[in-house]
Amino acid sequence: MTRQCGSESIENMAAHRCSSSAALVVLCYISFSVFIVANSQETKPTVENHATVVEDTQTDTETAEKSTEQPAVSVREWEATETEEETPDSSAPETGVSSSGPHPKDDFQEELVIRPLHSGDIYASFQFRTLWETDFLSGNKVSHYRLFPKSLGQVISKFSVRELHISFTQGYWRTMQWGQPFLPSPPGAELWVWFQDSVTDVDGTWKELTNVLSGIFCASLNFIDSTNTVQPSASFKPLGIGNVTDHRFLRYATLPREIVCTENLTPWKKLLPCGSKAGLAVLLKSEKLFHSSFHSQAVHIRPVCQDLQCKTTSWELRQTLNVVFDLHTSGQGKREWSLFKMFSRTLTEACPLASSSKIYIDITDNPEGEQFEVTPATPLLSQAVVLGDRRTFSVYDLTQQITFGTVRSLNLLIRWKSSEGDMLRPLLHAERYVAGYGLQTGEIHTLMYNNHPYRSFPVLLLESVPWYLRLYIHTLTVTSKGKDNKPSYIHYQPSKDRERPHLLEMLVQLPPNSATEVTVQFERALLKWTEYTPDPNHGFYVGSSVISSLVPSIVAMDTNSSQDRPLFSSFFPCKEESSYFMRVYTEPLLVNLPTPDFSMPYNVICLTCTVVAVGYGSLYNLLTRSFQIEEPSPGLAKRIANIIRKLRGVPPL
Amino acid sequence: MGLLSDPNRRRALISLLTRLNAPICVVCYMAGVAWFMGLAFEPFTLRTYMSENAMGSTMVEERFPAGERALATGREFSAHKKKTGGMPVDWLVKTMKDRGLEVFTQSFSRTLPFPDENKERYMVKGTNVYGILRAPRAPRTEALVLSAPCTPGDNNNQAVGLLLGLAQYFRNQIYWAKDIIFLVNEHDLIGMQAWLEGYHHTNTTGMDWSPLQGRAGSIQAALTLELSSDVVTSLDLVLEGLNGQLPNLDLANLFYAFCQKIGVLCTIQGKLQRNDWDSVSGYSHAVQTMMLMVMKQASGRPWGDHGLFLRYHIEAATVKGINSFRQYKTDATTIGRLLEGMYRKLNNLLERLHQSYFFYLMPSLSHFVSIGYYMPAFGLLAVILLLRALDLWVQLSTPPPRTEDGIAETEEVSSPSVLSVLTPLVISHLTGAALYTLPIHFQEMAVEHFPVSETEAVVLTAIAVYTAGLALPHNTHRLLSGEGTEQGWRVLKLVAVLYLAVLLGCTALINFSLGFILALNLVPVAAFITPHVPKVLSAFILVILSPAFTLLFSVFFYQELVEVPVSFQDGWMLYLSVISQGILDHSLYGSLVYPLIALLVYPCWLLFWNILFWK
Repeated sequence: MTRQCGSESIENMAAHRCSSSAALVVLCYISFSVFIVANSQETKPTVENHATVVEDTQTDTETAEKSTEQPAVSVREWEATETEEETPDSSAPETGVSSSGPHPKDDFQEELVIRPLHSGDIYASFQFRTLWETDFLSGNKVSHYRLFPKSLGQVISKFSVRELHISFTQGYWRTMQWGQPFLPSPPGAELWVWFQDSVTDVDGTWKELTNVLSGIFCASLNFIDSTNTVQPSASFKPLGIGNVTDHRFLRYATLPREIVCTENLTPWKKLLPCGSKAGLAVLLKSEKLFHSSFHSQAVHIRPVCQDLQCKTTSWELRQTLNVVFDLHTSGQGKREWSLFKMFSRTLTEACPLASSSKIYIDITDNPEGEQFEVTPATPLLSQAVVLGDRRTFSVYDLTQQITFGTVRSLNLLIRWKSSEGDMLRPLLHAERYVAGYGLQTGEIHTLMYNNHPYRSFPVLLLESVPWYLRLYIHTLTVTSKGKDNKPSYIHYQPSKDRERPHLLEMLVQLPPNSATEVTVQFERALLKWTEYTPDPNHGFYVGSSVISSLVPSIVAMDTNSSQDRPLFSSFFPCKEESSYFMRVYTEPLLVNLPTPDFSMPYNVICLTCTVVAVGYGSLYNLLTRSFQIEEPSPGLAKRIANIIRKLRGVPPL
Repeated sequence: MGLLSDPNRRRALISLLTRLNAPICVVCYMAGVAWFMGLAFEPFTLRTYMSENAMGSTMVEERFPAGERALATGREFSAHKKKTGGMPVDWLVKTMKDRGLEVFTQSFSRTLPFPDENKERYMVKGTNVYGILRAPRAPRTEALVLSAPCTPGDNNNQAVGLLLGLAQYFRNQIYWAKDIIFLVNEHDLIGMQAWLEGYHHTNTTGMDWSPLQGRAGSIQAALTLELSSDVVTSLDLVLEGLNGQLPNLDLANLFYAFCQKIGVLCTIQGKLQRNDWDSVSGYSHAVQTMMLMVMKQASGRPWGDHGLFLRYHIEAATVKGINSFRQYKTDATTIGRLLEGMYRKLNNLLERLHQSYFFYLMPSLSHFVSIGYYMPAFGLLAVILLLRALDLWVQLSTPPPRTEDGIAETEEVSSPSVLSVLTPLVISHLTGAALYTLPIHFQEMAVEHFPVSETEAVVLTAIAVYTAGLALPHNTHRLLSGEGTEQGWRVLKLVAVLYLAVLLGCTALINFSLGFILALNLVPVAAFITPHVPKVLSAFILVILSPAFTLLFSVFFYQELVEVPVSFQDGWMLYLSVISQGILDHSLYGSLVYPLIALLVYPCWLLFWNILFWK
């Protein structure tokens, strides 16, 4: 059994980076917290194509300490049944190696978390993780793929990608009603990539990469060009191992207008080892997934440590899909949810290739079953610290036949008993809007709320604004509680017309229980007539701003990287017990630019041509010339007479 | 233009224009008025048609079932309104929350510059409640608004009920692509102003409001609902907004299309449409409808709560339920279905409404007159001013055949004439500035010294300043320039006529109706006033055609049009209240009619008064 941990490299890097200025110390603080502290799930493929989980006994004791007695006992029971089948010894890596032969080990896990929300809506989060102990970049060509999708593997090796994060989201996450998501993402498409430091032409590689990804995901990622790509200096740090933090190798772009639909879902599903044939993925039917309030799918690729010593790396591919179903639009008016009602499918089996396949139901708000009731009931409970809160989950293990019961299909049913739908007060949330009217100027307001009663914390704000909104950066103000709040770090890169967008990054300290407002004025540019979109009166989009922060945690965060944790709680690992990393996206903006009337070019051309050709010339003549009446040319006799008179010295006639 | 380059022909043309100046002017005036009256004649107008493709061909089905329940909600609202003696904020918040909306409130307060006697308010404090229906899988970038004012008394309860009913029904539908904001605003326009200013974070009128907590991106269109009875006979569409702005014609087309589809009687200006356009009564009906629109537009005030949206480039209209003694009634379910249909089509919009006209007049709901058709009427009036200016210019540049003596005289007076023009200009504008500022600033003093209320004080001060202006300038213009000369008044008149032409031209571009009405009154004055006409008669005509009397006539004319004729006494009272409303509209909502009249039109008119008494 192997363990993975990135703590060593983190220490080294901390020593290296914290030698910079005082402001940067805080930056580092945030950035390090997002380094991977790798998961501790591991495979044990004793039988071909059938991987099972070995649970760690240490986890049990820890969980038992933390949780109430009853759940702990249940978990323990469950662990006991499992370990009967498997070797309990957690330090026996030889077994795995010998069985899998010379092939590098790979491992697949799948997981579904269901969280009933206060509003009566329901949040379902799928996570699929493929781990592969191989190195794409060490020179030897990888040609044999098993669980890891070949298309992505080739992308990684060809473009020397170190980390790749891509998300497609339709809808906006309603923090006030739904709380925090496990994995945040902005509306539209978002792509950020760290390249290896061996890449010489980063921009060219980025361009090629976006075009290739565009083909893989059937999305308009090829619209990513220099006008919407930025290089954030602090907001996006590598989530995997690695010590390069030079932001020249980072590219970040969003396409807020991207519309996500089934054509993006299908290629995403094809990346899964079981496709949508078996396991949790059978639930992913597009007619239901796109009949929801929120839909987000993402792919995250990063290198993680293979073991504690972190001598070798393995590659992790995480595919996540988050969806929120709306109580009201699902009709019937009954406050109840089932797998069938959500996905129009039930579960019959786990993915045979998966080493672990579990469903978690968040029952934290429902300790005594007074809020809702879940059927079939499960004796297995688990606890995880996620987003600064200790949550309790009912666990359904799909690898166990008993989970499916006598009907051989699992249809979880959640029935609400009480109804309440109060707004939440999330610790950190943000909103953004355009103020002012008219088509000349405007003002972007970004509001960040810190609802913590007594703790202040710093946030990193990233705004990327297209060039056609010309920011007046001297009008930038940051105010909290009516007072000027001076950012301790500002990174501003002005735009170049038709070349690159504005990039503004700030480190702002949010006082406790306050709203901080960042305003900046802008002028709306008049575009060239070919630069307008086909629907210019719809407006132009400005991507979400990104707020990254270390939020003070209510409970002690789980910093023990060795602990076996569910996938949803292990993406943004934490280094400190007292705080956890969080990223918040604001809504994108729709801004109207001054738009000519394209519907009558013919009239305009006719009129201007006429005016210029006829009116202007004549009028100009009239205004600039003075007219005099010219005498008709005198007759021959008169001319002769005049010559004679001239000779005589007498004035002519 | 070749005509003008040839000096001989130019001279001939100019002499023709100067010789026939007066007849041409009269003909132009007649033609302008005739053209304008012809606009209402149906064969000369265009039928309305849907320009926006996204709303035209797409079919929607209306299924709103819950009219009765909406009315019950309205009654509940009415009961709570009575109990709290104002806006039942808590009840509204709770009801909207139950319907699955995100609910927010906004409080605002405003002290009026002087008490509004029509609505009996001075220090206004209130709360707006709005709920946002979040569209599924939409990123909060676009929104539609449905609003209903919470008015004191028993009015408009059904509108709030229907709004809540629609909110409940809309919430259960999956097809929304834009967020929908359901707004119940208190204190009608003041609440709406506070909400819009809060939403766009502007402050143009110095109102106090608390910032909004929830937003939904850029608002694409808005409808305001006014409904005070359980059943209605017809629905009336109100378009005229602040400063005479109108929403895109497609919004009116949309309303008309759905009225036709669902079978609801629909009116504009409270007038049904008639088919007998070829009869005299049919024509006069159309003229009345159009004249009502012109009068309302010229007033520059919002004629419904929708009027304030237009400033923010949000297409908006008010739908008003009218219950008369007609047999045929429409119930709340049908109105709900109509609104549902309209919102579904607005929801289908890919772009802002921009395809159809923004400048139009409507002689009936199915016919419209576009800017290309009505502008010539104004152009014919404006050309009179240009002709007069040309005439004066010719007279100035080529003095009448006199001896060398006359030429010497002009050269002598041409230098002081700049001063003699500047003085009246400055003085009349100062009078205008006084008319603009004094009424509000001197109300306290006036109340102390005279037995009048604040409102009366403001209006009476305004009238007093206006009248005083008549006495002032013609005595003072000689202080600096000494004796006025023949040449002097011509220069002054040339300046005044051109000034008026530019002023009216700009006004007509922004607000055609206002420009046209002012032109109708001021152009004859400008054309024929000289110091040599009979003083008393001309002075009388000049006063009768002054902006203040134009307003007075408009008040009576409007009352005639809406078929509520008033006696002179009532008319006078109405006139006073209209003045106070105009001043209030300016300070509360930023209406531009009062400053336009006080700062520009009135001084311009004073110049002509000055010319009449030139010595």
